[in-house]
Amino acid sequence: MNDRTFQLVTGNRLHDGRVVYFAGDGNWTPEIGKARLVEDKDGAALLAEAQAEPPPHPAIGLTLVEAVRDGDRVVPVTLREQIRAHGPTIAYGA
Amino acid sequence: MYRYDEFDRKFLEARVAQYRDQVRRRLAGQLSEDEFRSLRLMNGLYLQLHAYMLRISIPYGTLSSAQLRGLAHVARRWDKGYGHFTTRQNIQFHWIRLEDTPDILAYLATVQLHGIQTSGNSFRNITTDPFAGAAADEIEDPRPYCEIVRQWAALHPEFSFLPRKFKIAINATPEDRTAVKIHDLGLNLRRNEQGELGFQVLAGGGLGRTPILAQTVRDFVPRRDMLAYITACLRVYNQYGRRDNLFKSRIKILVQALGIDRYREAVETEFEAMGDERAALALPDAAVAAMQAQFAPPSYPDASDDEADLTRARAAEPEFARWVKYNVKPHKAAGHAIVVVSLKRHGKVTGDCSAGQMELLAELAERLSFGEIRITHDQNMVLPHVRKSALYDLWLRLAAAGLATPNIGLASDIICCPGLDYCGLATARSIPISQALATNLAKREEDIGPLQIKISGCINACGHHHVGHIGILGLEKNGAESYQITIGGSDGANAALGTIVGPAVPAHEVAAAVDRLIDVYLRLRRDGEQFPDTCRRVGAAPFKEALYVAR
Repeated sequence: MNDRTFQLVTGNRLHDGRVVYFAGDGNWTPEIGKARLVEDKDGAALLAEAQAEPPPHPAIGLTLVEAVRDGDRVVPVTLREQIRAHGPTIAYGA
Repeated sequence: MYRYDEFDRKFLEARVAQYRDQVRRRLAGQLSEDEFRSLRLMNGLYLQLHAYMLRISIPYGTLSSAQLRGLAHVARRWDKGYGHFTTRQNIQFHWIRLEDTPDILAYLATVQLHGIQTSGNSFRNITTDPFAGAAADEIEDPRPYCEIVRQWAALHPEFSFLPRKFKIAINATPEDRTAVKIHDLGLNLRRNEQGELGFQVLAGGGLGRTPILAQTVRDFVPRRDMLAYITACLRVYNQYGRRDNLFKSRIKILVQALGIDRYREAVETEFEAMGDERAALALPDAAVAAMQAQFAPPSYPDASDDEADLTRARAAEPEFARWVKYNVKPHKAAGHAIVVVSLKRHGKVTGDCSAGQMELLAELAERLSFGEIRITHDQNMVLPHVRKSALYDLWLRLAAAGLATPNIGLASDIICCPGLDYCGLATARSIPISQALATNLAKREEDIGPLQIKISGCINACGHHHVGHIGILGLEKNGAESYQITIGGSDGANAALGTIVGPAVPAHEVAAAVDRLIDVYLRLRRDGEQFPDTCRRVGAAPFKEALYVAR
């Protein structure tokens, strides 16, 4: 795994609460692989770009997330963000 | 059960209409998230890791079959087919869409359910004994008192801006299946020497960052003065509780800072000064009787207490015998029993219940338990009034649906919060730990005997780890999950806080560590001693040593 870290922006979709990632150009995606990644130093600018939407903003609770690339996968550094990206680690439901 | 009157119904209708408009404005961008957050929380709607989470209040853990069917409907139509029962006898749905919530709340209102005061700095659910009205050892059914307090607390104008959340528990048995001592305010129903009914009032209990057991404010408050005395207790908290520091805002901090004597003095002074207000809040016998009539016991049919059939069935089927031994409790009415429905199937998620299971339980309750179901604070369910002659057939139906694991009170009957798999506050996962422990201990849990393991995924202690015989707290250390283990806690009449037994361990070492602690207990226990008794007698040293040596 490459040690170089990147920044991406995540939030929860306003209307249904599902995890989404900023894909750039005002677009939001549920797939972390399609998130817009920037160098660490450009994180703040990315967050500002993601936040700039007339109300109602499609996502809430926007934060920067640190991630690494692993082949063509995007892997968040923290377990919490890995769980947000891929769902609960246990079998759930009926 | 308490039946809504016209006032209640109209209130909920107006509340849902108000909320529907709030959601409309939020989705249209007319309300910001900052403006909307406290409004949605007032109806129990949280935002968690993966989705919105809706917490529905189940007053004192009592549900009718119709209500349980209603919850199943919500799970099917608007969630992923299941719900999660909590340590405050409520239910949570973990996959909710904001846009659906007005319809969900409108639907739930038709079965007398809502999410009001399940969040925010208000009174929360009033909890009680899940065996209320059925248990042989209760002084009286505590639920009428719970309903009286619930009505008093609901949107109380003076206490709408408490410094923090406020949790009340009411208990009416010597055993205390309600964990009274870990509540902000606890009431123990009792009789004085003259045989009159009243309450021992305790205050200042709580877990979280700073676990503290509640202390007695007054040994006996006559029943008539219950609401007036509670008002005095709240008034002192409302005035002096801290609003400047979130971590010091619960009543437990105030009672600790003042000391129980000064807190008591302030309460008694307020109570004395209440004058006419005391009369206005008085509970005459007729008022209590009117409420008790809403909780009248079922008309039990004459049912023989003869256990010959039961004995035969137990002899014929060891699995049934095991289930009767652990999951069936004595009932006050001859020929009847209390059935605890285990939501702790080995390897499954503690407290989760599928829509299909809810529908089955609603049907079984209708046929076999006078249409009543209870939720326990340790995340199981109860059918409170089952004829002994129906136990075998009931067991067959429950077993077929995965609801008959014979483990109530045993090692795999674990309390476990949702943890980092779901919760935005969590620092570590808790569910996989509970699953590993349950499957690991299943084969010897009968030999171990009663053992309460409680697991929390963060310092907020929703899993009650401080009062587990073995408590586990999931933390984060250098980016990895790390689990702190405590021993010797308990949450009943002899409540105690656990002691840390060693440095925190990584996830893959937890099961082995718990095994070592249990081995020490099995080696040192004397006849009839439960785990916390042995801890009290021998101290933590032998346990700490076992973990140290193992490392």
